[in-house]
Amino acid sequence: MRNNRLLAAPYVLWMALFVIAPIILVVVYAFTSSSGGFTFANFSHMGQYAGVFGRSFLLAAIATVVCILLGYPLAHILSRENARLQRMSMMLIMLPMWMNFLLRTYSWMSILENTGLLNRFFAAIGLFKLINAVGGALSPEWADIAYFRMINTQGAVVLGMVYNFLPFMVLPIHSVISKIDRSLIEAAQDLGAKPSGVFRRVTLPLSLPGVLSGITMVFVPSVSTFVISQLLGGGNDLLLGDLIEMQFLGSAYNPHLGSAIALVMMIIVLICMLVMNRFGEGEEQAVLM
Amino acid sequence: MSKELIRLSHCTVAFDDNIVLNDLNLYFNDKEFLTLLGPSGCGKTTTLRMIGGFLSPTSGDVLFDGVRINDLPPHKRQVNTVFQKYALFPHLDVFDNVAFGLRVTQRTDENGKKARIPKEEIEARVLEMLSVVSLKGFEHRDVASLSGGQQQRVAIARALVNRPKVLLLDEPLGALDMRLRKDMQNELKRIQQAMGITFIYVTHDQEEALAMSDTVVVMNEGVIQQIGTPEDIYNEPKNAFVADFIGESNIVDGVMIADGVVEIFGRRFKCLDGGFDTNEAVDVVIRPEDVDIVPEKDGRLTGTVTNVTFKGVHYDIIVDFAGFKWLIQTTDFSPVGAKIGIKIDPDGFHVMKKSRYSGMFGDYSSYSAEYDEISDADYDPEAALDTAEAEEIVL
Repeated sequence: MRNNRLLAAPYVLWMALFVIAPIILVVVYAFTSSSGGFTFANFSHMGQYAGVFGRSFLLAAIATVVCILLGYPLAHILSRENARLQRMSMMLIMLPMWMNFLLRTYSWMSILENTGLLNRFFAAIGLFKLINAVGGALSPEWADIAYFRMINTQGAVVLGMVYNFLPFMVLPIHSVISKIDRSLIEAAQDLGAKPSGVFRRVTLPLSLPGVLSGITMVFVPSVSTFVISQLLGGGNDLLLGDLIEMQFLGSAYNPHLGSAIALVMMIIVLICMLVMNRFGEGEEQAVLM
Repeated sequence: MSKELIRLSHCTVAFDDNIVLNDLNLYFNDKEFLTLLGPSGCGKTTTLRMIGGFLSPTSGDVLFDGVRINDLPPHKRQVNTVFQKYALFPHLDVFDNVAFGLRVTQRTDENGKKARIPKEEIEARVLEMLSVVSLKGFEHRDVASLSGGQQQRVAIARALVNRPKVLLLDEPLGALDMRLRKDMQNELKRIQQAMGITFIYVTHDQEEALAMSDTVVVMNEGVIQQIGTPEDIYNEPKNAFVADFIGESNIVDGVMIADGVVEIFGRRFKCLDGGFDTNEAVDVVIRPEDVDIVPEKDGRLTGTVTNVTFKGVHYDIIVDFAGFKWLIQTTDFSPVGAKIGIKIDPDGFHVMKKSRYSGMFGDYSSYSAEYDEISDADYDPEAALDTAEAEEIVL
């Protein structure tokens, strides 16, 4: 017993230094003014950032939903393949993550730019000429499209989030689905369930815990990202991450306000997670069984 | 006579080059309790999965009521399965587990319209089934909170609620302790008679098979060794494998001198078997309980007691007859080292034709390993092998 505690000490210390302490610092900063006195002032103007909050949560939610729609079928199909193919595929899914996050996002810039890879490809196959010819016949103002505007849009931001965080959705879902006892599936078939019924009544409810942890692991970093929005969104539409970054490193230097915004964001995320876990509680137990 | 319901005709199942079932021919009668009995890897579970629809034979046909159903998926078959480890749905409570089969089925009414089973009927049928398996009042319990025996009953109720014509049971009592197994054996037999349907039961436990079945099918290495009533299988085993697998047997080489006369260890005994060639080499089975111990001078054969184990009702005694060790079950105590004689009545001999299993079974020279095997309910052949090896090293 004593021995175990001793072994845990480094981790406890680590947690205290790098998890607990920063949170306490954020709280302290959020409730103090630059002169050091206690104040609620940092929160009084939170309303003016409602748009930023709304946009951040909306984009993160869209990215999360897209990740589920792409990741769930992928995880499900993979779990039925043989072990070797599964290992190979998992490695390929993880492979991009061996490369730096910034590099990956930069490379999307060069793909999506107005003169980027994708637009050059469209031009090369004559897509714009075709559109201009067709569009020009309809109305003169549609006759000179030279590129699709892809970079610096919210769509590009969502794409960046999905691209970067998709593995975090696929991995937990895959690990939960592949642990579902094969005989449960057979029992459902045996009792008369068609393949759709087997999925809806057995596979899906039993895989929800994987989906829930996938949501957590995609949604949380998506809400607070600022690199993706700056590189792919062009800083046009401010997101929470950008806003907070500006208060600490940017032009609007005000760590107290930054901390307050971060705190409000953390609390909203926390509430989201609590609601979701309550919703998925039954299933969580089911899989632990 | 009851009519035939399922027929397996020349069914062979092979995975890659590994033949699991070899040209199996077997039929199942309506309302019959049939047991597929054999050691692990003998193909009994494969046979069951073929009937359940989880695999189709590499060659041969599966017929249900005379209709070929080789490629009919499981959800369209009129059979239901009780799985080895129950396979209860962990996200559903007892009621919802049992109701599963009713909720997923659609039936066609007189007008040809498909409709789900109404809620009231589902409820009534689930409750009825729970009372059949004596689980009334457990409807809203979490399946994880139930004991092994209760989970087993839920699995049976769930499989029976669809009113299948055939219930398949894959070693359903394997995970239960000894006492519960006995109770559940009676319970299963009662349910089968109450429902009036066919039970196809898979087990490696010969005692279970003898106690419950109308018909026992003994299998080994993907081939049927013998089909018969429990009495037939026990009293008239067809070969050394069956004799050894069902109950305890001493199997010795013998020669059939004439009808009714068999020679073992160079001595002639009266027996009831006949129909062999003169002087044909045969396998002779002598059940341990058919041997009487008599004073040395009165015995037709004499030997030395090498091991005695008290078993409650009787003693298991190992006797060495000129190097060949027999198991004898007797209520009379004989100490280790005692010289004894034995007497066997004519009906104590069972003579079998030589088979490929001759000489492989029925010797109690390595008695301790054998003893582990018969007393251990969860017998694992590999572990038994390990013990045998370990003992050799000690010796």
